[in-house]
Amino acid sequence: MLTMLLSRLATAIPSIVGVVVVTFMLTRLLPGDPAAYFAGLAASPQAIAEVRTKLGLDKSLPEQFVAYVGDLLQGNLGNSLSTGQPVTFEIATRLPASAELTLVALLLAVAIAIPLGVLAAVKQGTWIDHLCRIVTTVGVSLPVFFTGLLFAYVFYYLLQWAPAPTGRLDIFLSPPTHITGFYLIDSALTGNAETFWAALRQLALPAISMAIFSLAPLARMTRGSMLAVLGSDFVRTARASGLAPRTVVFTYAFRNAVLPVITVLGMVFSFLLGANVLVETVFAWPGIGLYAVNALITSDYAPVQGFVLTMAVLYVTLNLAIDFVYGLVDPRVRLDS
Amino acid sequence: MKRRSFIKTTAAAGAAATAAPAIWSEAKAQARNETLLIVNESPPNSMDIHGVGANRPAYEVSWNTHDRLITYGAKKDANGNDHYDYTKLEPELSTDWNVTPNSATFKLRRDAKFHDGTPITAKDVKWSFDRAVTVGGFPTFQMKAGSLEKPEQFVVVDDHTFRVDFLRADKLTMPDIGVPVPVIMNSELCKKNATATDPWAMEWCKNNTAAGGAYRIERWQPGQEVVYVRNDDWKNGPMPKIKRVIMRIIPSAGNRRALLERGDADLSFDLPSKDFAELKTMPKLTVVGTPIENAMTYIGMNVNQKPFDNVKVRQAVAWALPYQQIMDSVLFGQAIPLFGGADNKSKGIVWPQKDGYKTDIAKAKALMAEAGYPNGFETTISFDLGLASTNEPLTILVQESLAQIGIKAAINKIPGANWRGELLKKNMPMITNSFGGWLNYPEYFFFWCYHGQNAVFNTMGYQNPKMDALIDKARFASGKEYDDAVNGFVDIAFEEVPRVPIFQPLLNVAMQKNVTGYRYWFHRQLDYRQLAKG
Repeated sequence: MLTMLLSRLATAIPSIVGVVVVTFMLTRLLPGDPAAYFAGLAASPQAIAEVRTKLGLDKSLPEQFVAYVGDLLQGNLGNSLSTGQPVTFEIATRLPASAELTLVALLLAVAIAIPLGVLAAVKQGTWIDHLCRIVTTVGVSLPVFFTGLLFAYVFYYLLQWAPAPTGRLDIFLSPPTHITGFYLIDSALTGNAETFWAALRQLALPAISMAIFSLAPLARMTRGSMLAVLGSDFVRTARASGLAPRTVVFTYAFRNAVLPVITVLGMVFSFLLGANVLVETVFAWPGIGLYAVNALITSDYAPVQGFVLTMAVLYVTLNLAIDFVYGLVDPRVRLDS
Repeated sequence: MKRRSFIKTTAAAGAAATAAPAIWSEAKAQARNETLLIVNESPPNSMDIHGVGANRPAYEVSWNTHDRLITYGAKKDANGNDHYDYTKLEPELSTDWNVTPNSATFKLRRDAKFHDGTPITAKDVKWSFDRAVTVGGFPTFQMKAGSLEKPEQFVVVDDHTFRVDFLRADKLTMPDIGVPVPVIMNSELCKKNATATDPWAMEWCKNNTAAGGAYRIERWQPGQEVVYVRNDDWKNGPMPKIKRVIMRIIPSAGNRRALLERGDADLSFDLPSKDFAELKTMPKLTVVGTPIENAMTYIGMNVNQKPFDNVKVRQAVAWALPYQQIMDSVLFGQAIPLFGGADNKSKGIVWPQKDGYKTDIAKAKALMAEAGYPNGFETTISFDLGLASTNEPLTILVQESLAQIGIKAAINKIPGANWRGELLKKNMPMITNSFGGWLNYPEYFFFWCYHGQNAVFNTMGYQNPKMDALIDKARFASGKEYDDAVNGFVDIAFEEVPRVPIFQPLLNVAMQKNVTGYRYWFHRQLDYRQLAKG
């Protein structure tokens, strides 16, 4: 088992190396001069040259690359110029914010999408099937930033049900003691009910707007996959043998139909994690997507490289985890095959 | 469980449950009343104004947490709002000063202390000034603008007396000591955190303040918020009224407006012109718009390229721009027009001021024909995408208008990060851009924007020896000689129009009705020290 895990990890190394090289080159190829940008408003060419030397941008590309890899091996991703902080620190504080939001959104989406998809397949052509179709179409056609803005306007501005969209916590509360970086978990662990409730309230609107968006692929995939399995021979046999409909649907059909859903789930998760920039902007969520986009706009190389690298590592880990889950769900799937 | 005890416990729990939220909200309400909540678009990237690439929000942090030797007085502007007064220098750390032709001697306040309790002495002042002129980049550059260039200029006379020796007679030297750059830092604290390779503790100061100003940093979460508390031991000015200030980053402009309208935030600068125009009509918020001194947004033409090397073509463009349309549908009236004056002569020692151009397509067409381009030509007009909310509609209107005199202008959008680099190359034929100078002197603006030294802000590459002579004269002259020089270079700027002024932008701020004491500063950041709430 362990050797298998290691061999799987070993295959991931080339892709990580590739990502390091490509992000380095891409950020350098981008038009834009960070020295000119950070030299400030009234900079002379001389001042810009001074900034360039300070940032090490006057060296040749191979020299810069060697310095970058050297730092990387020591776990140093460099400093962000736009926030002035080490990239490692920023990613470590911002990734939990994004991950918490994404996970809650995904849990919500799964809790709605899978029952909906299963019901739509079982009762094909009935009102619940139409409902599933409507929900998925609406979910996919409403961009996240639009639902986000709409929710903020209706539930905060008009109705005052939701708290002000000012990030992870109410402005006058302090964050809970840092344990995992997930505010819900940390405040629950420290027994801080007020912070837990406040964090949950802040989380509700952004999580719901993201859940609506990710509902569609999950529900569609569940429905399609269930339909295929329900029409297959072994289900017909099970039905013919007089098994209870419940047993047929859940024990036989659903377990077989869930594999492609897990694949989609993995994709949706990684997609949401990187692509929730818009929700983060609307709700002032201090997440990783917002950080990366701001860095890109200002030609701030270090955070962009750090972000891409972190995402690459995350994707690799996620794929690995999904492969393991396959094995658990379906014993026929083996990692070495 | 016995029935009686059950009732008791549930009753107690019920009482606790109803009482608890009341306690929370009372504490919150208390905190809310003593706190000023500011919502902004972009966060500071440093606590140190001398740091590499320190941005505008970082200037605000520095301004409120540090002292300077002197500061500026205040006056009322035309609308009765507080406005800093560049003609009046007032005490801050220095209680009084004596200026001779060769030097200025500052007496320092005797009981002033840094946040850690160390007394502020002249050696701290010298260390800080030395730092500003040595570390390079923007701070060194800004010091130079006031002829503050070498550490030898800064002399510790005794613990409470500090002298600046002048390199030359420069009227910007004293004003430059009151700008955000020459802050007084705690030299001992910095030295403790310096290293052999980093003698000025640049690395440490990025995340820490070694200061003695009116506010201390309580918490800084980079990219999210800065929380300040008042320094109750502050001696260098009247005690600020607000105890706590929270500056929160809210990236979405729509939500900043919603927070203000709902009363959850107290103050915000960063909103689109349209929002400010609408908020001004609403009774529940105070909106103050102050013309930004020494600033303008303009159309610049590259005088070193055909066809803009021809002054007639430039004048044709100046007669063809859709000025009023830009004012109405791009800015929603939130700016001061710089067009439509009586003629192209200087109207006095003020800058910016109106030129004589207005939209007159017939006149523009005639000039194009005179210049030898009766059928027009093709060109591109570039703008900075970082300021797209104003630049994009403005450029489209200009494009439509120029088409009427046969100029087919393609629009070239340049990402914010590249803009400065492109400006430096000076090969864009036509641009829309803005410039504003901290020090409110016409010759300061012209020195950057029209002088043949060809600084980056002379985006048109304009060089004219006659103009240079007048600008250089104005920098060191006074009286009538000065006035003549200023009128002279303004006349040339209007006649030759390498850049066509369009408008002077406003610095808008929206705040709750109970927030008072807002003052406009040339650095365009918020000074918390004069504000009050209640």
